[in-house]
Amino acid sequence: MVETPPETAQVMSAGDIERALTRIAHEIVEAQRGIDGLVILGIPRRGAPLAHRLGEKLQRIDERFSRDAVGSLDITMYRDDLRSGGARTPEPTDVPPGGIDGATVVLVDDVLYSGRTVRAALDALSDLGRPAAVRLAVLVDRGHRQLPIRADHVGKNLPTSREERVFVQLAEVDDVDPADESVLITRGGRA
Amino acid sequence: MSLRHLLDTSSLSRQDALAILDTAEEMAAVSSREVKKLPTLRGRTVVNLFYEDSTRTRVSFETAAKRLSADVVNFSAKGSSVSKGESLKDTVQTLEAMGADAIVIRHGASGAAAQLAASDWTEAAVINAGDGTHEHPTQALLDALTLRRGWCPAHGRPPRGGDLAGMKVLIVGDILHSRVARSNVWLLTTLGAEVSLAAPATLLPKGISDWPVTVHHSLDAALAADPDAVMMLRIQAERMGGAYFPHAAEYTRRWGLTDERLTVLQQLQMGGTSEPALLLHPGPMNRGVEISAAAADSPQAKILDQVAHGVAVRMAVLHLLLSQNHDDGSTA
Amino acid sequence: MTDYLILGAKVLGESTADLVLRDGKIASLGADTAAPREDVSLETIDATGLIALPGMVDMHTHLREPGREDAETVETGSRAAAKGGFTAVHAMANSTPVADTAGVVEQVQRLGADSGWTEVYPVGAVTKGLAGTVLAELGAMAESSAQVRMFSDDGHCVNNAQLMRRALEYATTIGGFIAQHAQDADLTSWDTEHPAQMNEGSVSAALGLPGWPAVAEEAIIARDVLLADYVGARLHVCHVSTAGSVEIIRWAKQRGIQVTAEVTPHHLMLTDELVRSYNPVYKVNPPLRTEADTHALRDALAEGIIDVVATDHAPHPDQAKECEWAQAAMGMTGLETALSAVQHAMVETGLIGWRRFAEITSVRPAEICGHTHQGRPLAAGEPANLILVDPSATTTITPENHATKGRNSPFRGLELPGQVRHAFLGGHATVLDGELAGSRTGRTA
Repeated sequence: MVETPPETAQVMSAGDIERALTRIAHEIVEAQRGIDGLVILGIPRRGAPLAHRLGEKLQRIDERFSRDAVGSLDITMYRDDLRSGGARTPEPTDVPPGGIDGATVVLVDDVLYSGRTVRAALDALSDLGRPAAVRLAVLVDRGHRQLPIRADHVGKNLPTSREERVFVQLAEVDDVDPADESVLITRGGRA
Repeated sequence: MSLRHLLDTSSLSRQDALAILDTAEEMAAVSSREVKKLPTLRGRTVVNLFYEDSTRTRVSFETAAKRLSADVVNFSAKGSSVSKGESLKDTVQTLEAMGADAIVIRHGASGAAAQLAASDWTEAAVINAGDGTHEHPTQALLDALTLRRGWCPAHGRPPRGGDLAGMKVLIVGDILHSRVARSNVWLLTTLGAEVSLAAPATLLPKGISDWPVTVHHSLDAALAADPDAVMMLRIQAERMGGAYFPHAAEYTRRWGLTDERLTVLQQLQMGGTSEPALLLHPGPMNRGVEISAAAADSPQAKILDQVAHGVAVRMAVLHLLLSQNHDDGSTA
Repeated sequence: MTDYLILGAKVLGESTADLVLRDGKIASLGADTAAPREDVSLETIDATGLIALPGMVDMHTHLREPGREDAETVETGSRAAAKGGFTAVHAMANSTPVADTAGVVEQVQRLGADSGWTEVYPVGAVTKGLAGTVLAELGAMAESSAQVRMFSDDGHCVNNAQLMRRALEYATTIGGFIAQHAQDADLTSWDTEHPAQMNEGSVSAALGLPGWPAVAEEAIIARDVLLADYVGARLHVCHVSTAGSVEIIRWAKQRGIQVTAEVTPHHLMLTDELVRSYNPVYKVNPPLRTEADTHALRDALAEGIIDVVATDHAPHPDQAKECEWAQAAMGMTGLETALSAVQHAMVETGLIGWRRFAEITSVRPAEICGHTHQGRPLAAGEPANLILVDPSATTTITPENHATKGRNSPFRGLELPGQVRHAFLGGHATVLDGELAGSRTGRTA
C-alpha cells in the first residue's frame, strides 16, 4: 500500500488501537448516558471499519444497541480541495434505515488533522437530515487544525510537525494482518 | 482516473469505465434522497453546446450539472450567431473566454467533440453528448449501468465494482447510422459482454468484420441465440424511404420487436438464472415500427430506468472530469 | 543571362559529371569539362553530393487564380512549384470563373508567363462550368494561345457516360486527351446531405463518417477504359488511389488501350488511419485509403502501370480546414513536399532508383502532355530545365516555411529526406541554395 521510508516509528500497536476503541466506546455511552438515539457513521475509507468496530463494542456494553445504527458517510462530493487532488470515485454512503433526524450522530475517522474532512462531513450530514447532536471520534489527533473543530473522543493525541506524516494501517483497508495493525509516523521522507 | 475528456468509449479503459459506473451508483443514491443536490461543482461552469435539437439529452446533462451545484449555460446553435455562419472555433473560443470549465457538445458532425478536445481553442473538459454517427458515450454508460443493475444482482452480486462478463447483449436496428450502437459495442465489450447485432446488411457498416461482434441478418435467429438483454434502436424516418429497406412494414416484419417476438423475449432468462432478460431502447421510440406498444410497456422494458440512470451517469462524468487537477498532472 | 558551371553532380544519381549551362541550354556535360573552369563568365556551383535530375513536371496543380486568390495565386503557386523542383505545372480548370473558355485559359497562361518561376499550362474544363451537362469549348481552348491539350473536370467526375464518350471522341479531333477524376457520384452520395467523407472500411465504420468505397473509383475507371477503347481515344486517370484501380489499368494497358495514370505523393505515403484524429488536414479527394492500397500504388508506379506522380496540390485558407470534418474543404498542398515524399516512399524503400524517379516525375508527364522541351535527357544541346537535389538532407516539414499560401500540408511535422538545392528553368536559376532566387521575368520572392 504505502512504502514507508526508513525513519518510521510506530506510535500505536494493534493492541493500542483495540484498547483506544474500547475506551472510546465507553466514553460515548457515558456522554450519551446510554445508547438510545445513537448513530455511528464512519468516514470512508478507514473511518468506516473503525465505526463498525465501535458498533461491536457498543453492543457488548449494551446488547440493545443495533448494528443497523452503524453506517458510513462519504464526503468526496463535499470536499473543498477536489481540484488539487485526483478525482476520486465516491465510496458508498450508508445511513441507518431510520435516518438521522433527531439522532446523536457520532462521526468516526482515523486521523484528525486540518479539520476539512470533518467540515465536509458536517455538510454532507446536513443534506441527509437534522440530527439532535453531532459528535466526533478519532483514533489519532495530530493537531494543526485549520478550522474551529475539535474531537469529542480521541484515541491518542499525537503532537506532530507538518512535515511528518501519519499512517493508519487497518486490516479491512490496508491488506495487513490484524495483529500487524498500527499507527505509524514518518519523519522527513516522502510517501 | 486520468480521463481529461469523455469523447468516445472506444478508447475508454475498463478501469475508467468502472470508475464512472461506480460513481454513478453513488449519484443514483443522491438522486433518490430528499436533498438531491451536492456542492461538488459549486462555482464551476458547464456549457451545454447543442448544435442538434435534443431536449432529452440536454435536460439530462442540465439536471446532472445542477445537482452538482454547477452553473449551467445552455447554448443552442439554432437561432444564435452560429446559424449566421459563426465557426465552431469562434463559438468555442467565445465560451472559453466566458470561463467554461466543461463543454458538453452535441453536434451533427462526427468527430466534432474530438476536434474540440484536440484543438487549442479551449482548456475546458469536453464531453461528447453525441457527434454525428460516431459516438454517444454517456448513452452507452447509462445503458451499461442499467444492464449491470440487472445482471449482477441476478447472480447474487452487488452492481458496484461488477462488470458484464458473460452477458449476451443483442443490439437491433440501424447500426450504420447509430452513435448509440457504436458506443455500446465498444463499452459493453470492454466490460466483458458478448455483443451481437441484428440488422439488414444495408444498415450495417462495411468494415464491421473487424468489430468484436456476431452479426445476424434475422432477428428471429438472433433471439434464438438466447440473449440476456435486447436493445432496440430507433429507426429514423429518413431511412424508410426505400433506400435502405423497402418500407416500414417490411422492417417491422423482419427486424421489429413485434408482439409475437415479445413472447419469445419473455421466455428468455439471464445467464442461467431465473431472472427475465432485459429490454432496452435509447428513445425516443417509434411504437409500432421497431418496437410494439406491448413490448415497450412490458415489465422487462427498462426504458424509464435508462432515463433515470442518464442523470446519474452524467453526474459521475462531470464529477470525475471536473474534480481533477491538470495543471501539473500530479495527483499528490 | 548568367551562365553556370555545375561541378561534380551525379547525373540521375549515377555517374558524376560537370555541366555547363549557357544560353538556356546544357552546353556541355561530361567528366572532363576542365576548360570552362577557367571561364570567368561562368557562375560556379559546387554540386558535390547533389543529384542532377530533369525539372519535374506536375500534371495536376490547383493554382486557384482566378477567383480564389486568398487560397493561392499563379504567382505564389509558381514559387512553390519552383521551390519544389517543378519546371512545369498544369493548372486545373476549377477556378472562378471555370477555365472553360479560351479567355480564361489565356489569362492563366499569361499570369504564368508573367510570373516566370515555372511554366504554367492551363488545363481546360471538359464540361461547361464543370457542371457535367454539356461540353465546354474544347476546340477554342486548343486553338487559343494557351494551346490546351489536356482537359479535365477535376474535382468533379464526368459522371454521364454518354457525355464522357463524346468528350473522349471530340478530344481526338483536336489532338487532346481527357483526364478523368474517377468518382461515381451515386456511390459517393454526391450532391446529397451526407456525401462520402473518407475511405469506406474498418476506420470509417468506427468513426461514423460516410464511406467512400473503392468501387466508386474503380467502376468509373473500368467504364472509361472501355469507352476509350471503343472510340479509340486517349484517357488519363487522375489520382489513382486503390489497388483495384491498378488492376483495371493493368488490364487496359495489356489490351493496348491508350490509358495513362497518375498517383499523388500523399496516396503513396498516407492511409485512412490518420483520419482517426478527425483533423481535416487529412481530408482529400479521393480519400486516403488503406496500407494495402499504398503498397499496390507503389508497386504499380515502380512497374509502370501507373505512369506518373502528380501532386494534386490543393491549397486552402486556414478557415476551410479549421472546422468540422464534414464541412472542411478537400485537398492538401503538395508542390513543396512531392520530391521528399516520393524519395521516402519509392527511392528509400528500394522500389526505384533516381533514373526511374526522373521518368515518373518528368519524362512521362512531359510526353503525355506533349511538351517537347521538358522531361528531356540530361545531355549537351538539351534545354536546361533541371534541378540539383541533395538526397541526404532531411527536413522537418513546416508549412509556415512554404512558398504556397496554403498551410494544409498532411506532412506537417514529419522528417522527410531530400531537398531541392538548385533549380534551373531554361537555364535561369529560379532556386539557389534551397531558396527562391528570382524568376526569369525578374520577380523576386
